Amino acid sequence: MSDDIKHEWPLFEVFVRAKRGLNHVHVGSLRAADHEMALHHARDLYTRRNEGVSIWVVRSDDVVSSGPDDKDAFFAPSGDKVYRHPTYYSIPDSVPHI
Amino acid sequence: MSFDDAYEALTDHDDDTRWAYGTGFSDPLAGVPTAVPDGVDPADLVAYCLMLGDDALVMSHRLQQWVTRAPELEDEMALANIGLDLLGQARLLLTRAGEVEGTGRDEDALAYLREPAAFRHVRLAERLDDDFAHLIARLLVFSTWRLALLDRLTTSRDPILAAIGAKGVKEATYHREYAAGWVVRLGDGTDVSHTRMRAAVDGVEPLAGELFEPHQVELRLAAAGVGVDPATLRTEYDDVLAEVHRVATLPPPPPLQEGTGGRDGVHGPELVEILTEMQELARANPGGVW
Amino acid sequence: MDGAQVFEETIAKDQRVEPRDWMPEGYRKTMIRQIAQHAHSEIIGMQPEGAWITRAPSLRRKAILLAKVQDEAGHGLYLYSAAETLGADRGDLTRRLIEGRQKYSSIFNYPTLTFADVGVIGWLVDGAAICNQVPLCRSSYGPYARAMIRICKEESFHQRQGYELLATMMRGTAAQREMVQDATNRWWWPSLMMFGPPDKDSPNSAQSMAWKIKRHSNDDLRQRFVDMSVPQAEALGVTLPDPALRWNAERDHYDFGEIDWDEFKRVIAGSGPMNAERLAHRRRADEDGAWVREAAAAHAAKRAGAPA
Repeated sequence: MSDDIKHEWPLFEVFVRAKRGLNHVHVGSLRAADHEMALHHARDLYTRRNEGVSIWVVRSDDVVSSGPDDKDAFFAPSGDKVYRHPTYYSIPDSVPHI
Repeated sequence: MSFDDAYEALTDHDDDTRWAYGTGFSDPLAGVPTAVPDGVDPADLVAYCLMLGDDALVMSHRLQQWVTRAPELEDEMALANIGLDLLGQARLLLTRAGEVEGTGRDEDALAYLREPAAFRHVRLAERLDDDFAHLIARLLVFSTWRLALLDRLTTSRDPILAAIGAKGVKEATYHREYAAGWVVRLGDGTDVSHTRMRAAVDGVEPLAGELFEPHQVELRLAAAGVGVDPATLRTEYDDVLAEVHRVATLPPPPPLQEGTGGRDGVHGPELVEILTEMQELARANPGGVW
Repeated sequence: MDGAQVFEETIAKDQRVEPRDWMPEGYRKTMIRQIAQHAHSEIIGMQPEGAWITRAPSLRRKAILLAKVQDEAGHGLYLYSAAETLGADRGDLTRRLIEGRQKYSSIFNYPTLTFADVGVIGWLVDGAAICNQVPLCRSSYGPYARAMIRICKEESFHQRQGYELLATMMRGTAAQREMVQDATNRWWWPSLMMFGPPDKDSPNSAQSMAWKIKRHSNDDLRQRFVDMSVPQAEALGVTLPDPALRWNAERDHYDFGEIDWDEFKRVIAGSGPMNAERLAHRRRADEDGAWVREAAAAHAAKRAGAPA
């Protein structure tokens, strides 16, 4: 009976680099028995329209993530470091290409 | 909301690179010269394109029959991909056959209006799969052989065949990898899967010998630097199969048995069943346009 | 701020809720149910068209149809993966589907009798699906919204290939034109039912609108679809099977006839022409594949050095 039907392949997260010069971006997840199969499936599922020059797959349970509750501790400290943002610096309009 | 732009609501999501979303498709035969190479009988070239084209067309049909029946949704995607790749190869090869023949038959006339005896594929392509293990066993034999063949075709003196080979090598590499991966998983997996995988290998192996028996057309075109003598593919094939079987904990592949017929149009009742399904609708509507 | 406040504020600001955020149990359940039903619809929806791949009357149509049905498997996977971010398990969702405990779109319980049905499914069924789905790209749940964007982009080819097939057939033989008209007659009303019951009878709509899971009412989307479809039918040269269909200048919309909601309820309840067969087919594929999935898991466990 259906209780015997097993879906015990683990979940993998998939990241695709759309073209050279861009970061890998997370595009979704899939199930596979092992990493090799996950790469194959990722190619079929997430790059069948020529998307991407490179794929990463990572076991979902290997991903360590900050929780929403940690948000302030992780991200607030940089909120005041406006000097990291290019718009902090006023450049006269007459200066080109910067 | 207009028919041309059903997606105007997506205006804040128009940055495609964010989605790793693809573009840039190309015609593999764009700009490739189409003249028949010197010293080649056009009839031989037509027959050869039909052989390789029918292999792909009939194998693709069997893969299409797996749609909605695959063991997992991810494999649904993979099998459809392989079926699409082979269908694409078949279309290029049948189109080439029709053009060289010069009597106005296009890919559809060749696919839909030929009788079983005019099909030139190896019989391995038409075999019905008893289960997923049989499909995988057949796919490993077929794609290992075809990859070796397409790889040699990339240096063909016929620029069209060379271009088809170059395109097909990438595809068949993936097909072989997919099949080999599953032979290993099933062979090494559970007792049940090991037994089924062995039965599948036993069922498919008798059809493998035919793949390496050269037909006169193949020999003449190989001598002219246009086609491939399939006997030259044996070493590569044997090495790959032996290695896959070893990793899969399966007994070594049995010696190949002699077999011929498919290349001369000798087929079993399975082809009649395939063609009935494939051709019925097209033939029932003479003058129809799709 | 506690989780509930953050959630309320996220919704109010029209921002996305992400997997690890706090969310009301009702929101999570509604989201899982909706995404799962959507995923099931994609997977069951492969069957009516998939049945024509091997019989497609030209190699070009065969390739298009195979790619389309493959897309549907892909869309199902994107959606199951979105549901899994909420803690659902694909195997469990599949069990619920094949045991009839979760629904899928009732449109797929109608049979595909001729090849023109392939075209009409693309034109009307995918057209209706697009009307339903484009607003979902702004759904408040992030992974669902992102899956929908990808799906909508890919669906654009689905509707176009269907309409193009019909337009081609209308230029063909008289028998082909009849096939197109006949398929249009059979699929028009079921397509209108795809938008769900009238707003006054739609029990879950109000909460879904408040949570911004849904963006437009069933009746609004249905009207939009009718307004889109009428000129398309005219361009095609087919008649939509509704004598009450006419332009209403006052409303600036097309008026249309009464939908047979009894039929809708019958099909939802499982008495449509193909309900039993669709589920049996999906169940068979899942059961036939069980030994394959187990083998792959066993092999992976051996490789990892763990006991099989």
